[in-house]
Amino acid sequence: MQKVITLSMGNGGLENRELLKKFVFRHLGNSFLKDAEDGTVLGEIENLVFTTDSFTINPIFFKGGDIGKLSVAGACNDLAMMGSEPKFLSLSFIIEEGFSLRDFERILRSMKKELSVNGAVVVTGDTKVVPKGACDKIYINVSAIGNRLANFSQKNIKEGDKVLLSGDIARHGATIFASREGIELENEIESDCRSLWPIVKALIDEKIFVKALRDATRGGVAAVLNEWAKDENLCFEIEEAKVNISLEVKGICEILGFEPFVLANEGTFVCVVDRKDEKRTLEILKSFNENASIIGEVTKEYMGRVILKTEWKTRRFLDMPSGEILPRIC
Amino acid sequence: MELKDLYEKFRDPKTIKALAKEIEKEASKLNRDINIMEVCGGHTHTIMKYGLLQLLPKNINFIHGPGCPVCIMPKERIDHAYILSLKENVILCTLGDMIKVPGSYGSLQNARSRGADVRFVYSPLDVLKIAKENPNKKVIFFAIGFETTTPMTAALLQNVINLNLKNVLFHINHVTVPEVMRELIDSRDEHIDSYNNQIDAFLGPSHVSVIAGSKIYEEFPQKYSRPVVVAGFEPVDVMEGVLMIVRQFLKEEIKVEIQYKRSVTRDGNKRAWEMIERYFKKRDLFKWRGLGNIPKSAWQLKDEFERFDTEKIYELPKEEIEDHKLCICGDILRGMAKPTECQVFGSACTPSKPLGSCMVSSEGACAAYYKYGNLI
Repeated sequence: MQKVITLSMGNGGLENRELLKKFVFRHLGNSFLKDAEDGTVLGEIENLVFTTDSFTINPIFFKGGDIGKLSVAGACNDLAMMGSEPKFLSLSFIIEEGFSLRDFERILRSMKKELSVNGAVVVTGDTKVVPKGACDKIYINVSAIGNRLANFSQKNIKEGDKVLLSGDIARHGATIFASREGIELENEIESDCRSLWPIVKALIDEKIFVKALRDATRGGVAAVLNEWAKDENLCFEIEEAKVNISLEVKGICEILGFEPFVLANEGTFVCVVDRKDEKRTLEILKSFNENASIIGEVTKEYMGRVILKTEWKTRRFLDMPSGEILPRIC
Repeated sequence: MELKDLYEKFRDPKTIKALAKEIEKEASKLNRDINIMEVCGGHTHTIMKYGLLQLLPKNINFIHGPGCPVCIMPKERIDHAYILSLKENVILCTLGDMIKVPGSYGSLQNARSRGADVRFVYSPLDVLKIAKENPNKKVIFFAIGFETTTPMTAALLQNVINLNLKNVLFHINHVTVPEVMRELIDSRDEHIDSYNNQIDAFLGPSHVSVIAGSKIYEEFPQKYSRPVVVAGFEPVDVMEGVLMIVRQFLKEEIKVEIQYKRSVTRDGNKRAWEMIERYFKKRDLFKWRGLGNIPKSAWQLKDEFERFDTEKIYELPKEEIEDHKLCICGDILRGMAKPTECQVFGSACTPSKPLGSCMVSSEGACAAYYKYGNLI
């Protein structure tokens, strides 16, 4: 019979210790966790950046990732977008009674792998088990601390700057929707779920004058561009044909009636750089993902708005996504 | 064949540009303006999303018609959905956009946050699965849409009867296209002042004619001298449809034409139509939001199926609810005004807080103008 997580494994007693020892520490253990008591002593960090994120995705295993990879990558990406190197993570599980131990281990394994991509460690954590039906399989909260190496800020964005994408868009949202609706395509579609710190590090190492970075998660590329446009009172003019979208994602969007610009990404970011750096930036981004592209520029024509230009020379606004019925995708 | 083959060539930039050029050339030979009503919200959406207005010469205009089933739903019927969803042991199913439209108590989204079990389905037949999984609950399908979705609701009822499911009920709001087109042109006496329509030609929705055929439009050239071109929903389809209309005016040949030859015939899908007529009959009157009561413009279940009809089973309010007095949706739907001429457009009336019908669904004219802008 398949072994499952029981309520007693969250009791703070013997079974709880067993679960931590046999599973969590086995995969994620390190000297910080070993020495931890009620808290963990971290020592000093110069430019400390702190972030937190909770993950409730359904399904927990999807093409291109799982809730474990997603949670580590997601929290570390928030740091990376601030120009910060991910260092320390806290990890909190809320697990539904009856959850398969094998699946739990699978999640821990992919967390371990993703931690090593970022060069980060888990330094504290918590595990709660709740009765059946009180949560959906497993929820994970990750808080992360990073060391800021570069001062990106949307406040630096100016007229004339160039806008780039680190890859093709909408893969994560489309993958999750396709798996929920049971849509099977000939060519499997995969989430873009990945850690972005290595790419950001390359941009910093190459001394690119990055103005701002933002991973286009919930709300997609449309939300990122609109937030920048509104907050900084600038206009973003985007050439629709320059935005790469895979055929599979286009297909899902056709079937379900979605606009790829509002679908979530979990490993793709929008980047604004000084125009003198656009070519070098593109080269670096392309060395990680060949679908990276320069998609447009910052102007002052319609302040606070994003404009999409078609290949037949017409234009329209790309609006902030709102009021959609979105299932849990992260 | 790949999925992209179904749409890619109908969005081809070169073809779109070539059609724009041809329309401009042909339209310059006309010594008049032509106002084309695209009846369907899907067309409005395509026109705004792809910026097609920007490609047309000055003497070709679009009037955005009433063909969005969500937009024309009067508040009192949205209230029915809200009331039904909050009844005990009920699961209310409907199609996507319906969920966010506010009635006088709130939207179905609001009902859901008050504990109602509201689900959106992609196909009416998904209701069967929900009903089988929840034998102790009543599953109510709040059915909306034009001729396109009506046969699917009929198919759902057929399955419910064949499978002897006892827990599926219906609230039918299916409406029909030709009746509202006729209403817009052929005004009744009491409205004569406000019915001074500007429509010179119609762009008919292709999916309606896949079911009902192109023959449903034959009265418009014959009785009212208005050309009708049945067109698809991709930008190339719409542009080609416009070109066909312009050429009809040039040749002074007013008729029904099919642009969307890939699946529309004169007679349509006879089996689907039989399904509709097996289970439904026409209502004497149906109120369209922004337009008022239109005779024979909607379906209801036949008397022999009234055991499935929530309007017969439950006490639901019948009073009509007036539209907001600042809202000019009625004039917009008749082609008398553009969304931007409305004094509450974009201020008191936005997609997240719509006052009028044209702002409620993404296919409504006001929502499309708000979302995509009308950039030059």
